[in-house]
Amino acid sequence: MMTPSTEVELAEAVAGAQSALRIQGGGTRDIGAPVQGAVLSTTGLSGVSLYEPGALTLVAGAGTPLEEIEATLAAEGQRLAFEPMDHRALLGTAGTSTIGGVVAGNMSGPRRIQVGACRDSLLGVRFVDGAGRLLKNGGRVMKNVTGYDLVKLMAGSWGTLGVLTEVSLKVQAVPEAVGCVLINGLSDVDAAAAMSAALGSPYDVSGAAHAPSGVDRHPMTMIRIEGLEASVSYRAAKLAEALAKFGGEMSVERDADKVAAGWAWVRDVAVMQCGSGDVWRMSVKPSDGPKLVEKLRALHAGLHVLYDWGGGLVWVQVPEGTDVRSLSFEGHATLIRGSSKTRASLPVFQPEPAPLAALSQGLRAKFDPRGILNPGLMG
Amino acid sequence: MDMPTPNPEVLAKKARIVARLNEVLPPDAVISDEVEVRAYECDALTAYRCPPLAAVLPASTEEVAAVLKVCHAESVPVVPRGAGTSLAGGSMPTADSIILGVARMTEVIETDYENRFIRVQTGRTNLSVSGAVEADGFFYAPDPSSQLACAIAGNIAMNSGGAHCLKYGVTTNNLMGVTMVTMEGEVVEIGGAHLDTGGLDLLGVICGSEGQLGVVTEATLRILHKPEGARPVLMGFDSNEVAGQCVSDIIKAGILPVAIEFMDRPCIRATEAFAGAGYPDCEALLIVEVEGSDGEIDAQLERILAIARTHNPVELRESTSADESARIWLGRKSAFGAMGQINDYMCLDGTIPVSQLPYVLRRIGELSTDYGLDVGNVFHAGDGNMHPLILFDANKPGDLEKCEAFGADILRLCVEVGGCLTGEHGVGIEKRDLMVDQYLPEDLDIQMSVKDVFDPKWLLNPAKVFPLASSEARRMAAE
Ligand SMILES: Cc1cc2nc3c(=O)[nH]c(=O)nc-3n(C[C@H](O)[C@H](O)[C@H](O)COP(=O)(O)OP(=O)(O)OC[C@H]3O[C@@H](n4cnc5c(N)ncnc54)[C@H](O)[C@@H]3O)c2cc1C
Repeated sequence: MMTPSTEVELAEAVAGAQSALRIQGGGTRDIGAPVQGAVLSTTGLSGVSLYEPGALTLVAGAGTPLEEIEATLAAEGQRLAFEPMDHRALLGTAGTSTIGGVVAGNMSGPRRIQVGACRDSLLGVRFVDGAGRLLKNGGRVMKNVTGYDLVKLMAGSWGTLGVLTEVSLKVQAVPEAVGCVLINGLSDVDAAAAMSAALGSPYDVSGAAHAPSGVDRHPMTMIRIEGLEASVSYRAAKLAEALAKFGGEMSVERDADKVAAGWAWVRDVAVMQCGSGDVWRMSVKPSDGPKLVEKLRALHAGLHVLYDWGGGLVWVQVPEGTDVRSLSFEGHATLIRGSSKTRASLPVFQPEPAPLAALSQGLRAKFDPRGILNPGLMG
Repeated sequence: MDMPTPNPEVLAKKARIVARLNEVLPPDAVISDEVEVRAYECDALTAYRCPPLAAVLPASTEEVAAVLKVCHAESVPVVPRGAGTSLAGGSMPTADSIILGVARMTEVIETDYENRFIRVQTGRTNLSVSGAVEADGFFYAPDPSSQLACAIAGNIAMNSGGAHCLKYGVTTNNLMGVTMVTMEGEVVEIGGAHLDTGGLDLLGVICGSEGQLGVVTEATLRILHKPEGARPVLMGFDSNEVAGQCVSDIIKAGILPVAIEFMDRPCIRATEAFAGAGYPDCEALLIVEVEGSDGEIDAQLERILAIARTHNPVELRESTSADESARIWLGRKSAFGAMGQINDYMCLDGTIPVSQLPYVLRRIGELSTDYGLDVGNVFHAGDGNMHPLILFDANKPGDLEKCEAFGADILRLCVEVGGCLTGEHGVGIEKRDLMVDQYLPEDLDIQMSVKDVFDPKWLLNPAKVFPLASSEARRMAAE
């Protein structure tokens, strides 16, 4: 394993590599088609190099532990807005997640629907391409249209276009209050309609999820609001009023710790952490979610399901080897947890239509002409 | 402004190119008359003009594809155009280019409130996207000041922002999918009614690519329900430093207004004379707007005003009616017009870290004295996106050049303090040659290699964004 401790060393390691490299941060997100190659670790590039709470910006080495970043922000009453998932329990991995890994996978949690994905918080990157060149794009300011936006391209490229060495992020103040409207007992279809009504309201919802089998095995729909105390109580009441027509048993949770625990449960897909089978993450038009799940249920009774993003993000746990894409739907599916057999037999990432695949392939050939950075990971 | 020498072969075969375009488009969609094409000789950066070889106004994605196939086969450069309001010369033609305007493509294709998106043809103006959903309580958030005129096509190409992007983000954060035609004439679908992508984020790189990667014909845009209400407050301070500090304190306190706008004394004076909004005579002025129900607005403003009071404001004016709100915004909204009354002006849009605001404003003041040109500052303070307006006299020989040199110094200053050349207007031709101040040659090379992939012959808007010297080898190889 190579663990360079400076950007220059990392660039030299890539330039000098004779064969494939497996790029690794904390190693907590073992996702993608299996990659053979020497491990190149970013953990040597660690530390927050700039943090301006008054400008809501933070710059850190790619190998900085996520926990360190979260602690640094928490000390100033701030946080990462996009709520990155912790994959460890779901994937059975250990170790410490790095911010570079979060960005490389564009890890976006429940707040995606309100504040955007990880890529929307990403202001700039420094990275080493497959030729060993140290490059930068974007910067540390909130608005930047100077040249092409490779920042977005690098987010979610899973180390296949370059090795991130430094990321700069927009951060967010932790709101003073939080509340969650809970509805017990809705069908998937009614829950989707309720979430859609909440998200189509003026109440600035920051999370909308539905678990057909919640913590206590009952269907549970969750609508989160965050902000000033006066806002949260007002909005929770308004939402409860507006959502009453969907039926179910309604309550409002105002205990901040309980709300946080509930949303961590959603974010980390706790309902699928136990048991066997493959876990897929599907992004669809929200109103298509329940239809897709109904078709899957017809094939596999007892399926575990979790809806986030107002129904647009569907997590399913299916028997090993199931190809959820055979149902054909608009959107995309990613195999997040799969047996080695499934990972070898089914594409982990959604295959792209031919013209897009050609563009992606063309970009890979430019960024990594020798094909040494996580080759094949994304298919 | 240096532009590449027009390709003589292309100029020589104008008749054939026009004939081929006429074969694939209805007769009124091809404009080749030398006088008529002058309507397309510039965008809002009017200091630079060049009539194109011809202009085409297709009405559908299929027609766009047909045009591009012809241009690709004939190796004719194509300059995509929305409404032509670019301030960076993004849609300025070259003499050997075809202007491809999407102005006839204005349809709403689908509106879906349940899933909160609208799909439109990209010639539709920004404001009329909101207009299409307004009666049902929804809106499209990015709101460039040019929103009455500018098209979604240009917004996507420039990744445009607006006064309210502090809360809602810029175009890229609100764009879910596009239909794009490649230079080869192939129609590709990227993204859609779902979020994010299963592969590389091609949508992310297309947004902001200034018409150099493909022609975007349709777009899926995120729409939101309108807030219950909005209310601005106006604050006057006796120094830029103090106003800057106040902005930073508001943000640090965890309150996220939808807009924080900043005006300095020269700009306040000019707008007062022009619009008479009743602004206080002070060094710096902030307009802070918050949203929500009445009660929520009260709660937020109470915090914001408490912070402002710790900075000894010379004026604090809270709006108590729609009329007063409009008056508070009046001066800000007429700032460009007011400066234009005094003289010709050049509008910059470098972005800086908010913490550098006082220093940068002081340096701009010093440079203003050195150059002997007045400058007013009006900008989005919450995100550090500055808009220095440099006044000059276009009729005075040498003044434009002086103004450009002053502007370049300001933009270099923005980069020096950790910012960038452009926050929302784009590079176009205007800032093309300054790119080397922000990026090293290899940083530009990797960007240009993205264009190599999408447009190997470098026919789409080829003389923009990258310094001509940087792109020369590629443009030559493609010819
Ligand atoms: C008074 C005034 C105020 C302004 N205020 C703001 C502001 O607040 N915020 C802001 O961000 N901008 C602002 N602008 C700048 C300008 O309005 C924006 O850049 C706008 O998005 C341009 O849109 P357009 O349709 O006019 O594009 P055009 O000027 O026609 O073109 C702009 C760019 O888009 C490309 N393009 C056009 N159509 C397509 C297409 N179909 N496919 C691919 N590429 C295409 C062009 O080639 C060009 O590079 C302002 C301009 C003016 C004149």
